Amino acid sequence: MFAKPEVPSDPRYKALDRAMKKLGYSKSSLIESLHAAQEAFGFLDDEPMKFVAASLRLPLSKVYGVATFYHYFTLKPSGEHTCVVCTGTACYIKGANKIVDGVCKKYKIKAGETTKDGKLSLLTARCIGCCGIAPAAVFDGEVLGTLDEEKTLNKIEGLLK
Amino acid sequence: MIMHIEELDEIRQKVEAEDAAYEEVISVCTGTACIAVGSDKLLEGIKGEIAKCGLDRCKAKGVGCKGLCSRGPLVGLDKKGELYEGLAPDEAEAFVKAISEKKSYEARLADANSHFFTKQKKIVLENSGVIDPENIEEYIARGGYEGLLKAITEMSQSGVVEEVRNSGLRGRGGGGYPTGLKWQTVAKSSGSQKYVICNGDEGDPGAFMDRSVMEADPHRVIEGMAIAGYAIGADTGYLYVRAEYPLAVKMLKKAIKDAEKCGLLGKNIAGTNFSFHVEVRLGAGAFVCGEETALIASIEGKRGMPRPRPPFPAMKGLFGKPTLINNVESFANIAPIIRHGASYLNSIGTEKSKGTKVFALTGNIVNAGIIEVPMGMSLREIIFDIGGGIASGEAFKAVQTGGPSGGCIPAEHLDLPVDYDSLISIGSMMGSGGMIVMDERSNMVDVARFFMEFCMSESCGKCVPCRVGTVQMYNLLGKIIDGKADGCDMDRLEKLCYTVKNTSLCGLGQSAPNPILSTMKFFRSEYMAFEACER
Repeated sequence: MFAKPEVPSDPRYKALDRAMKKLGYSKSSLIESLHAAQEAFGFLDDEPMKFVAASLRLPLSKVYGVATFYHYFTLKPSGEHTCVVCTGTACYIKGANKIVDGVCKKYKIKAGETTKDGKLSLLTARCIGCCGIAPAAVFDGEVLGTLDEEKTLNKIEGLLK
Repeated sequence: MIMHIEELDEIRQKVEAEDAAYEEVISVCTGTACIAVGSDKLLEGIKGEIAKCGLDRCKAKGVGCKGLCSRGPLVGLDKKGELYEGLAPDEAEAFVKAISEKKSYEARLADANSHFFTKQKKIVLENSGVIDPENIEEYIARGGYEGLLKAITEMSQSGVVEEVRNSGLRGRGGGGYPTGLKWQTVAKSSGSQKYVICNGDEGDPGAFMDRSVMEADPHRVIEGMAIAGYAIGADTGYLYVRAEYPLAVKMLKKAIKDAEKCGLLGKNIAGTNFSFHVEVRLGAGAFVCGEETALIASIEGKRGMPRPRPPFPAMKGLFGKPTLINNVESFANIAPIIRHGASYLNSIGTEKSKGTKVFALTGNIVNAGIIEVPMGMSLREIIFDIGGGIASGEAFKAVQTGGPSGGCIPAEHLDLPVDYDSLISIGSMMGSGGMIVMDERSNMVDVARFFMEFCMSESCGKCVPCRVGTVQMYNLLGKIIDGKADGCDMDRLEKLCYTVKNTSLCGLGQSAPNPILSTMKFFRSEYMAFEACER
């Protein structure tokens, strides 16, 4: 007989469990559950994934397979601040690559990485749909447009202060 | 709560009376692009100034995308019919002062007679930038949900399908399959449980039409889905939206809740036997999920991998049941068709492409943003009249349509009418509606490599031609750009393009070579230029 795993007292697990309960712990709610887990924990750590697998009665391999298939899910914690540079077509032809290169050079990281001190993560996005104000980037959730390398570096410096 | 057409009418009269009491309604665009330049602060500022001046006869509200995204923040004076562009948040005081003195705020006044506004034809976007998307009553006041109630109380299921068929509507997601025919197939499929899916997984880089519609007029999409549910005999609909569109998700969830509260969704709508529920499902950033069988797998909680068709989703789709999948813009066309009749749509457009198409016009162009034009308008009119020409002052080089599945169209084809068949005839495609304008400074081989990098990393890996072919094509393009290609590499690349095109499992692989093939066809000299470097 299947037994639902015990919910750890950590409030983040409680939030995750509530989200799964709402969808009836159905197997088809795996992606929604992973969204809830990522929202609660910031990234998909092993333990939350195991908890989701047990709650939905799915093998962990399947949960891991789905988590790694979709770009939106991240298995690594992100830095204190994030800069997501859009590299969609409109941003690309307006020089998004120069912006990415500039940030990489200054902070000695590659796109997708976090600085050693954990302060800044640099990410790229396929298209954030702000093509009208390209090139655009998202700084800690705030979208800014018509950027260039200098403006971007200044903005990041402001965030890190 | 049971809602009939009479009650909708009462709501409309109530909203109109409320609006009539105001001397001016100030609508501030709060679409994503305008918020990025401070329109939310501007709206707060204007509201504050109105309160400060005791200007009770004015109302300020946030609305969805007004279209001209490159000139935000955009503000409309709805009664006077004026539009302002680039109004900075700190100008709120001066702006409200001008209104209180019944003057125009000349410094930021946009030219309402410019081609950008006069050459457009709005059906899908008729409410965008006009209504408050969070207010169901404003949608109802503009004829919202009349189509749904008309369909379920006055029309037969086959009558609705017939009307959609007669309208000539074709799938707006890019393929251009006749929508009515799709509906008919699902309607005829046997089975008591059927599903409606709305594809809001707008993954093409450079396309944001669907996001705009979902954010600015969410009820229109839901109404279209409900009408489809009635026509094909489904009681459940799934709205699959990109997780990268948080504002659209928020608007849709609110709209579903409000529609349920008003009895326009849920059990026994308008006291009939028809029940319909809609659930939002989040995507998770996989371009391939725009393909219908991959999308279905994703809603089922699996990796988004396509499967061979047949069986088509119309026979065996979500959870193995007959399923209708249409994209956001297709559903957004449905309510007007039912409300006004098929001729409302089929009187517009060309012989084989009826109605309008929404485009995201971007790149090196003066008026970047969201536009809606009748099918058959020429690329030249779209780019130079509506778009205002090239922003940089350089010469026009190409326009890219159809995203990673489409192609680059050179200046010699600028007079081509924009419809499904014309675009395919020159190796591009309509796609979902991204239109990216490039000037002389863009290198076409580099653009081809950009798209190939995209397809390479978005390939799901299920079939060999796509998984391996995209990598090889990407490498060959790199070789050409680095000047290391030999004489055979161009042939190799071209052959490989056709192999991948003809043998891939799904649309992603089948169309991935298009950007290369079209740039090879129209800009072959640029490929050769790299080779020459090496010699």
